[in-house]
Amino acid sequence: MYVAVKGGEQAIDNAHRLLAKKRRGDTAIPELSVEQIRQQLPLAVARVMTEGSLYDEELAALAIKQAAGDLVEAIFLLRAYRTTLPRFSPSLPIDTAQMQLSRRLSATFKDVPGGQLLGPTFDYTHRLLDFALLAEGEYPGPETSAQARVEACPRVLGLLAKEGLIKNEADDDARVADITRDPLEFPASRAERLQALARGDEGFLLALGYSTQRGYGRNHPFAGEIRIGDVEVWIDPEELGFPICLGSIEVTECEMVNQFVGSATELAQFTRGYGLAFGHAERKAMGMALVDRSLRAEEFNEEVVSPAQREEFVLAHCDNVEAAGFVSHLKLPHYVDFQAELELIRKLRQPAEGSRDE
Amino acid sequence: MNDMTQIPARDPAYNFAYLDEQTKRMIRRALLKAVAIPGYQVPFGGREMPLPYGWGTGGMQLTAAILGAEDVLKVIDQGADDTTNAVSIRRFFARTAGIATTEATPEATVIQTRHRIPETPLQAGQIMVYQVPIPEPLRFIEPSETETRTMHALNDYGVMHVKLYEDIATFGHIATAYAYPVMVDERYVMDPSPIPKFDNPKLDMSPALMLFGAGREKRLYAVPPYTQVSSLDFEDHPFEVQKWQHCCAICGSHESFLDELILDDAGTQSFVCSDTWYCAQRVKENNQ
Repeated sequence: MYVAVKGGEQAIDNAHRLLAKKRRGDTAIPELSVEQIRQQLPLAVARVMTEGSLYDEELAALAIKQAAGDLVEAIFLLRAYRTTLPRFSPSLPIDTAQMQLSRRLSATFKDVPGGQLLGPTFDYTHRLLDFALLAEGEYPGPETSAQARVEACPRVLGLLAKEGLIKNEADDDARVADITRDPLEFPASRAERLQALARGDEGFLLALGYSTQRGYGRNHPFAGEIRIGDVEVWIDPEELGFPICLGSIEVTECEMVNQFVGSATELAQFTRGYGLAFGHAERKAMGMALVDRSLRAEEFNEEVVSPAQREEFVLAHCDNVEAAGFVSHLKLPHYVDFQAELELIRKLRQPAEGSRDE
Repeated sequence: MNDMTQIPARDPAYNFAYLDEQTKRMIRRALLKAVAIPGYQVPFGGREMPLPYGWGTGGMQLTAAILGAEDVLKVIDQGADDTTNAVSIRRFFARTAGIATTEATPEATVIQTRHRIPETPLQAGQIMVYQVPIPEPLRFIEPSETETRTMHALNDYGVMHVKLYEDIATFGHIATAYAYPVMVDERYVMDPSPIPKFDNPKLDMSPALMLFGAGREKRLYAVPPYTQVSSLDFEDHPFEVQKWQHCCAICGSHESFLDELILDDAGTQSFVCSDTWYCAQRVKENNQ
């Protein structure tokens, strides 16, 4: 009888073995290598690195393999590993104006210095299943020209800022908090908010950003610029006295141009929302930029009425590792609390049943 | 130590009890603050643990921060030592800290728990570590953290009493069966974690140190030994604990918290102790 509530170590061990079997699939099919995942599922790798807050393509690919393709689980694996790593130095701010671009577009100007660069994108593909991919084979790359070179590409919003048409955003040199080391407290600074959004769930930010477009906290966005490419990461170790370059990482940056603000004393200016993600992660960067802007409602004296504008609501719920953990904990036994509720509801029903008998 | 205590080998790939020493120090500092201000929620830099949020990461971080090589750890979930999550957490510390584990309540120096306080009275020197899902007792009345922190600061608990009063007006009873709010040392209203209110009286003037950890919410709090902990109530509706008409089907206890089992399709019920060690101990004593 008592067996019903016994979990048992053996059950856990067997469950883990079953999971390993499920992950491997049919052993007649060759096993997927981590390098294959890294090379051939780069967008999944990018998402796991972004929300896992760790730029390491190999470990992200390993996490995807270990999680059998469950990206939220892979993000969790990478985060749990990241926590154990020592921190040796914060980086200098990355300079996205110096990015080696693979893609760049602005929806606000027909042409911009440096031009528009379509790059590798799903945009304008017809979403027709490509049955050629069912067969294995080599796929030719695009034609390239040896003389081609990328011109300097100043950031589009920088051009607007020069004219004073958009609010300037300057680094205040304040020490940047680390929300993975110190607990988030409200109200949060914009830097803390952006950190939380960068780690936030892509789907959640996409939906919240979408809600602002449908009128729940509308902020009239234009995709001022989206750029994807490699940027160098520099650190400035105290003991050296000069900065050194650690290497480069691929990032996606999105700057939204939003609804203008102004008053009797201040000239009207556009505002901006900012999104940044590791790797090729356009949807995430756009969702993040929309939500960043909507969370600035208070700063711009806008009425805070919609979920996407409420800092506590957004920041407390955007993390998918936290959310998945707390939702999944409902699978843990709750016999005791449920028993307490059973006892209570039976007690509450007693007078009602008594009065019916009369 | 009796046969219920086992000492495993420590996995050298990890620091003692998994967390690095700096993190443990940060948590200990926060714990000292929590002990100094009983019932006050101290924010701490909660880390990602290799178990999911909501599965005891707060309790595990506290346990990791306080464990020493000589400690004997007991882990229970729903009062039982052998529920899957209790097994999983006990294994985690056996592996990463190589400390002795036990099922015997009196032998444990640290008891990590989810949803219960053992039936066997705790002793001075023992530490209870509670896993807490939502540390804020006012959360379901006021969702904003900014607001609730202000309410605690101003000792403004009127809304909580109104909520309890509304329960009485609607149902005739206070309709909270677990995570029943308590007043600690006549100052802070505290969520005792989702223990059944049956266990609330065990918190009052307990000789053991009570530590509470909420990993996802990054808060910890404490009740030091011999601290007054009273469950909120009204003079004309005094706090009372659950009672069962049945006794435990295994050990016959009339005093313990019982879990209900459904035995067949007809819904035949049976009741057994939720505290498995207490129950097994009574069976052993009865047989002697």
